Amino acid sequence: MRGGRFLTAVVAPAVALVIAFGLAALALLLVDINPIDAYREMISFGTTTASLIITVNNAVPLFISALAVGIGFKMGLFNIGVEGTYLIAALFAAYVGALFSITTVLHVLSIMLVAVLVGALWAWIPAMLKVKRGVHEVISTIMLNFIAFALSAYLFLNVFRAETAGLTLATDLIPESGRMPSLNPLLGWFGIEPRAGANLHGFLLVAILLGIFYHYLVTKSRFGYDLRAAGINPSAAHASGVSPNRMIIWTMMISGGLAGLVGLSQLLGFFNQYPQDFPRNYGFNGIAVALLGRNHPVGMAFGALLFGFMQRSALILDLRNVPKEIVTIIQGIVVLAVVIVYEVISRYVQRRTVAAAARATASEPETVEAA
Amino acid sequence: MVQAPAVELEGVTKRYPGVVANRAVALTIERGEVHAVVGENGAGKSTLMKIVYGMVRPDEGTIRINGEEVAFHSPRDAIEAGIGMVHQHFMLADNLTVLENVILGAEPRDGLEIDFEQASRRIRELGERYGLNLNPQQKVETLSVGERQRVEIIKVLFRGAGILILDEPTAVLVPHEVEELFDSIRDLKGQGHTVAFISHKLDEVLAIADRITVMRDGRTVATVTPDEVDARQLAELMIGSELPSPETRESTVQDEVLLEVRDLGLLSEGGRPVLEGISFRVRRGEIVGIAGVEGNGQAQLVDSLMGLAPSAIGDVVLNGQSIIGFTTRERRASGIGLIPEDRQRQGLLLPSPLWENAALGHQDQEPFANGIWIDKRSARVRTEEIVSRFDVMTPGVDVPATALSGGNQQKLVVGREIMAEPRVLIAAQPTRGIDVGAQAAVWEELKSARSAGMGILLISADLDELIGLSDTIHVLFEGRLVAKLDPSEITPEILGSHMTGAGEAKAS
Repeated sequence: MRGGRFLTAVVAPAVALVIAFGLAALALLLVDINPIDAYREMISFGTTTASLIITVNNAVPLFISALAVGIGFKMGLFNIGVEGTYLIAALFAAYVGALFSITTVLHVLSIMLVAVLVGALWAWIPAMLKVKRGVHEVISTIMLNFIAFALSAYLFLNVFRAETAGLTLATDLIPESGRMPSLNPLLGWFGIEPRAGANLHGFLLVAILLGIFYHYLVTKSRFGYDLRAAGINPSAAHASGVSPNRMIIWTMMISGGLAGLVGLSQLLGFFNQYPQDFPRNYGFNGIAVALLGRNHPVGMAFGALLFGFMQRSALILDLRNVPKEIVTIIQGIVVLAVVIVYEVISRYVQRRTVAAAARATASEPETVEAA
Repeated sequence: MVQAPAVELEGVTKRYPGVVANRAVALTIERGEVHAVVGENGAGKSTLMKIVYGMVRPDEGTIRINGEEVAFHSPRDAIEAGIGMVHQHFMLADNLTVLENVILGAEPRDGLEIDFEQASRRIRELGERYGLNLNPQQKVETLSVGERQRVEIIKVLFRGAGILILDEPTAVLVPHEVEELFDSIRDLKGQGHTVAFISHKLDEVLAIADRITVMRDGRTVATVTPDEVDARQLAELMIGSELPSPETRESTVQDEVLLEVRDLGLLSEGGRPVLEGISFRVRRGEIVGIAGVEGNGQAQLVDSLMGLAPSAIGDVVLNGQSIIGFTTRERRASGIGLIPEDRQRQGLLLPSPLWENAALGHQDQEPFANGIWIDKRSARVRTEEIVSRFDVMTPGVDVPATALSGGNQQKLVVGREIMAEPRVLIAAQPTRGIDVGAQAAVWEELKSARSAGMGILLISADLDELIGLSDTIHVLFEGRLVAKLDPSEITPEILGSHMTGAGEAKAS
């Protein structure tokens, strides 16, 4: 069993990474670029202190987004709507957060609470559509993304935008008490002095806590047991007393609540307001990261860091006349390769487990009786 | 000139976790004969036939088809070699027509288009020749069970099979359908086809087979002709001498009613009644059997009792408390347990470790739960108890359930339900598809649970099991309870005639 876990948890992603970077190297060769040089550039630029901090900052929203997707995956629900959910939630959180000022901790917590509630309510819509009308959540969440994009744009321009229009369109600034402090002082204790502008977002701590919450919820709690049972065998879960409808509603709302927090690291650690060009695509990339990490919190953390690193290190490629889209290609191949390699290896592990159980319990066939 | 046999097996062995399904099996099926393979559930008949059909690869042994040694990798290879199999559970697309189902995957072509004309002609032709009359344009969902089976047989013939394997073909049929099937089998044989026929119904086997091979415990123990043996001798060959009987000794029935069902009814999605006016009682220490041909409402009865069919009407009273409005979880908490008829579909999480499977259905109760958490340590302890008390053959409680043989999976399910000590246990097909040893163990456990005061509702297709274990038997026919019988006064034959609706319906 131990060998099996090692194979699926370590060997599978490692093999997938080798395959992905190998295929991307071929693609680079096709456009007459030396892949080794390109990769060397990416690594040397990507491992500077500032780059590493930005890698982690990139990874935080991706990780939270992957948690939101992953909890749905655990019971076979595909929440494609994280993208729209976090935009709506971040917009409301930014607006409410700028309305008042209280002590720091309470202020930040209340902004997070708004984001969680808005996200959960938004995800409640596809949950109810599925439970009451049998609408598949993939369809409804994709459609709700478009509604969320349009609705957030409308609300932003007509309701939440700051009256005191400066050069850029944005909501009012969240007062100092509602912002998440940078973790750079913490780095200072370790003798790391990042250059100005490279601030390690404080929301990293929230992400870590959310990862721990996810782990306990999914693998240790009764709710998580019901969740996993419903994902593995819905009929058996139903017969065991798990109400499928209740599980759909709760899981979607937890997923939506997590999704609501996706945009907050940027909101509270960088912008301090909701600008018109609030960063996009965390929701869609979160699906990839959840696949990459096999819905496991540690796996998703590595996946998010990998994607964060590639996003950051891709910036150098442009300066070297290498199309930075190559990084998007690598990301795509990594996800595909992980899914395929994982499937191959886990089938092998399962065959081995069954065979081992057979050896351990089966009596040998007795000698053949005379015909 | 001597013709090579149609099918010849030598030394075929297949092992599964915890059980050897086939041990060095030898079997010869001559061309143009109807050859029955009989044996108890779990004797290895189905595995053997799946090996011949290429669905299962043997660990050892050789297979010769028409004298040529073969190594099938998939049923496709077997079909090419002229072998076709009709499974016990039909594999048809309900919303397609007979024609579409038959040609699916073997479409006759006319250029780029499918030649429906030709296909339709051939289906009618085959139907006439073998007495398998069907309208090719009819949708499968409108067909009776017997007609569906004909579609399956035609499907196999359409692909040019000369050797047909029928897996328990009569299990789902009513008597006149059985007669029609047998007529078709005789026609097939008359025109040179070879038929291998799996069954455990001895009268039928004696009526139709040219030769009979008996399997027991994974071995072929004898091959006989019908004029050499009678049903009794055949049964002795099948069960050997040390067969455990399901017989219960003395009555442990007490006065206290644990479960009372009053006028239970349920409509199908189409508004047709699938259960109507069901009323019965289960007392303390009583096993109440529900007999019936499959598909007469057994599954719906279980669903209605367990709260899986919330639209059920009527009343279900457990320990004096009406539970009709309860959810499944509330019903389980108030003392009702379930051994589901299909353990893999409703009773197990196959990829999950045994200890998680042992918690299924009891995940919110001790020892599996501790507040809002799952208590892994005590869940594992309980699982180890189940494994040792119910003799589940497994290397440990952390292996996935899928690594266990069917019999051991079933013992785990039975063990977890009995050890949870429900007031009333619904046991649906508790010994289906498991080997003789496991079957005996399950019977013993049900008997001792009964004498400890548990009320048991036994739903079974195995008539000997029903008669042997039950204190009272109700017959379910087309969604109604049509007879209440005393098992000490009836034989499987009498019970069987009630199950087809032929017995005089006694008001109870």
